[in-house]
Amino acid sequence: MKVITIDKKDWASGLEKTKSAFQVFGPVKEKEWHSFKALGPGEQPDMAYNNTRLSPKFLVEPQTDPMFTYSLDEAKEGHHILKEVRKDIAPKAVVGIRPCDAAAFLLVKRNFDTPQYQDPYWLEAYNSMTFIGLACNAPCSTCFCTSAGGGPFNETGLDVLLVDVGDSFVAKSLTDKGDKWLSAGGWASATDASGKVEALKQAAETKITSNVRTDNLKTRPTTQLYDAPFWEDAAFSCINCGTCTYSCPTCWCFDIQDEVRGTSGIRMRNWDSCMFPMFTLHGSGHNPRSVKVQRVRQRFMHKLKYYVEKYDDGIQCVGCGRCIRLCPVNIDIRKVCNQMNDYDPAACVCPA
Amino acid sequence: MSGYQDKIKETAERLLKEGSVEMVVGFRKGTLPMMNEPCFIRRPEDVRQLVWDSNCGINLANYLTDRKEKIAIVAKGCDSRNIVTHIVENKIKREKLHVIGVPCQGMVDKRKVAAACGGDIEAVTEDGDVLSVTAGGAVQTLSRMEMLQENCALCAHRNPVIYDELVGELVAEQTGIDRFAEVRRVEALSPQEKWRYFEDLLAPCVRCYACRNACPLCYCPTCFVEESRPQWVGKGQNPIDIRTFHFLRAYHCAGRCTDCGACERACPMGIKVRQLTSKLNKDVLDMFGWEAGLTLDQRPPLDTYKPNDPNDFIK
Repeated sequence: MKVITIDKKDWASGLEKTKSAFQVFGPVKEKEWHSFKALGPGEQPDMAYNNTRLSPKFLVEPQTDPMFTYSLDEAKEGHHILKEVRKDIAPKAVVGIRPCDAAAFLLVKRNFDTPQYQDPYWLEAYNSMTFIGLACNAPCSTCFCTSAGGGPFNETGLDVLLVDVGDSFVAKSLTDKGDKWLSAGGWASATDASGKVEALKQAAETKITSNVRTDNLKTRPTTQLYDAPFWEDAAFSCINCGTCTYSCPTCWCFDIQDEVRGTSGIRMRNWDSCMFPMFTLHGSGHNPRSVKVQRVRQRFMHKLKYYVEKYDDGIQCVGCGRCIRLCPVNIDIRKVCNQMNDYDPAACVCPA
Repeated sequence: MSGYQDKIKETAERLLKEGSVEMVVGFRKGTLPMMNEPCFIRRPEDVRQLVWDSNCGINLANYLTDRKEKIAIVAKGCDSRNIVTHIVENKIKREKLHVIGVPCQGMVDKRKVAAACGGDIEAVTEDGDVLSVTAGGAVQTLSRMEMLQENCALCAHRNPVIYDELVGELVAEQTGIDRFAEVRRVEALSPQEKWRYFEDLLAPCVRCYACRNACPLCYCPTCFVEESRPQWVGKGQNPIDIRTFHFLRAYHCAGRCTDCGACERACPMGIKVRQLTSKLNKDVLDMFGWEAGLTLDQRPPLDTYKPNDPNDFIK
């Protein structure tokens, strides 16, 4: 675990050097918001940003991801045979990713990398990446990572953690991949800035004022939560759009589609959302989640109950706050999580 | 506007107590600055939750679709016009509604405020035309009128067009407003410039359908983008499919759109989706002299036939 100091004067030139060994992605401001973009020669990430509007999950799981192509033209050789679409698995460095978003990749990995099944598309993309985190000195008012098993200086899922200490970054390498990236940048001034870093970390943690209670979620009986009377109220304002799920770094659901134009076809997977009625529509026409309240309940129950029970390692949420900031009608996962955590039917005085 | 809020609470409480409605649909205070949440109230003791201020931009008519209860609804000008449209299109019955009309003074665009103040906004309070915004520990003041949603700044129907009672005096309607300057600017572009303009306009779309779902007009049980037999539109991020969705959605709203701005307000990507509906609103006004939702006595021009239709092909 080497810790070095990168003087900000040496940052841009070092980052340019890393581009010969890595394709570099970083936060770039476009109009009002930031998003992760591939950085060409001379392009620099904006390391003074808050966070990107959408999460960087699309780097590993693109919204539309072609899997196979095929031809239906019988005059062509290999017609009606699926051909795998080759992916770019050259090394990539995601520079400036926030700790919550890096932790989210590990959380999502549980779904794509199991002892029984390994998703080659997700894993190849994920394994090609080196995550260079940027600690949050100034978390947003909607951040609640500290309630979701993380923190503004969390190292989980990162290869390097950068801390902005003013005129330099303190870079802590956490993996071999991290060592390689730092060497590629040519930065090597060893440092002991642990005191400074610790002070910034504590200051950042105290800025997070959202305390979300999760301690009872595991033990609350599933059926009681499922039948709780607060769902109608919590779901009323929901318009069933995909904003929460599409902006979420931990929502992993996708749908596979074939599209044919003329005789050439493509099989792709696209993000899908449990907020959409189509998500659960059966071939028979039956829809087990045909009404809004069922879909809203599903999203929260999955993240805050089913996942908690299945993995016994906290909630399926990293507390980035995007769904809270972007929801058109102000549905707030912090509020719903507290309602679920505190729900006790014996003490409930809710209307029948 | 705090007077409105007291009157809304008072009215809601009275209606629920006397049992003339089963629920009241209104707004409660949100968890973020400049965000109120649509809610329903069934018990008189819960009316204290109800609020009214410049952050009630969501169109509440969207919450009435196909409901069977007797409902009281808090309605500003645009909501009331969508209630009219809903009644005309048989999505709700007039006798099932008690409309609590709110003469509107425009809603604040939280993105404009964020852009003006920068950073993470901690709190916003309003007093008349003054918005006090706390961001980064410092307080700044802004003019409320300058921070209005674009559709509100261009609104010519602030007063409810249908109501059972009002929570305040009717307000003066804005006059001399050029509602379609932006549409004319786009109309004047060359075909190549227009293509680029629409390409840029819709490039950020992630197909979350917030624009469609926030709109009271979009109540089809299965939207054309979700049809699978036949499949009209691809499901991926192909720009042609994205444009097909937006253009067709806008056309489905032609002659029905009240320019409430719910679509634009809802878009998480900040796309100016009203650019599409505004053009159709302008065309419908030019061709048929029609503005949606102003009368219960007439159907929208695009779902009626009239011998004096301006188009020759239909005669």
